[in-house]
Amino acid sequence: MNAPEPVAKAASALTLYGVELPSRLLIGTAQYPSPQVLASAVKASAASIVTVSLRREQARGRTGERFLELIAALGVRVLPNTAGCHTVKEAVTTAQMAREVFGTDWIKLEVIANDDTLQPDVFGLVEAASILSADGFKVLPYTTEDLSVADRLLAAGCRVLMPWGAPIGTGRGLANPYALKSMRAYFPAVPLIIDAGIGAPSHAAQAMEMGFDGVLLNTAVAKAGEPVRMAEAFARAIEAGRAAYEAGLMGTRDMAQPSTPVAGTPFFDLDRR
Amino acid sequence: MTATTCAPDTHAIIVNGESVVTAAATLEALVAERGLAGASIATARNGDFVPAAARAATAIAPGDRIEIVSPRHGG
Repeated sequence: MNAPEPVAKAASALTLYGVELPSRLLIGTAQYPSPQVLASAVKASAASIVTVSLRREQARGRTGERFLELIAALGVRVLPNTAGCHTVKEAVTTAQMAREVFGTDWIKLEVIANDDTLQPDVFGLVEAASILSADGFKVLPYTTEDLSVADRLLAAGCRVLMPWGAPIGTGRGLANPYALKSMRAYFPAVPLIIDAGIGAPSHAAQAMEMGFDGVLLNTAVAKAGEPVRMAEAFARAIEAGRAAYEAGLMGTRDMAQPSTPVAGTPFFDLDRR
Repeated sequence: MTATTCAPDTHAIIVNGESVVTAAATLEALVAERGLAGASIATARNGDFVPAAARAATAIAPGDRIEIVSPRHGG
């Protein structure tokens, strides 16, 4: 009797706050050339979560309605953000407004320290995360790779952490892989999503190979020459990176070692060595 | 325009960062005055969230800072 042929297992699902998500890609909805391209790109990305925001509505405006219709047609979960908030108060109020208008208690929490780097204000972030978690929010904080801040965010009630790869919109990839590896090793059981700074599918694959649970990106797809094709490229890269992580990467060596067996090599003479 | 030049029963307030003179006595009336009754919006008064159900009971006072926001693209 023949042994069954080994088959590649499907990659495991991502679970955030008890919700199982088929895709490990979270994608932003901003900066696309048109609503049609946005919709096609989200579909091509196979993302199960899209990020959204709140902005001022003008008198007699219907911008919000139109956007909600567009998003509803995508059939995906929405993750509102607090982008642009610089204080705890702004972020908390924005989260509360988002919960009401989007009908979700999930919030991508951003508290920005300064406009040049868009670096998280980690002190405000921890405080806002604590307030929002106590108010029933499921907080996904945009943070740095700092381990003590991560510990504080978990203590504040966060069950997912989203460290930056590089500053928002820079497309530089993983600026500090060593620190991110440390974070992954230090929090083996916490879902960690790389949020921001991803510029190329190879960056996303690298993050997934390192064992990160997902990737959140926007500009790399929206500003690509062909956003729909790029969305698909990211979907494949993330799947490949995750499969590689689950399969287990080989260790590295300093010196070469032949992959073809040495034994039985033709013309091989011991005196050649 | 400053509060002193307002007609009777109007207030000078700030809506979405802009100076506005309104006759609305409540946040619900202000939303309606701006043609946004029933729209997919959320509101805040002086930095605090005001749920939709509380707008009718939220009085508008001179100098109030009101935010009226709606869903938009985001990253």
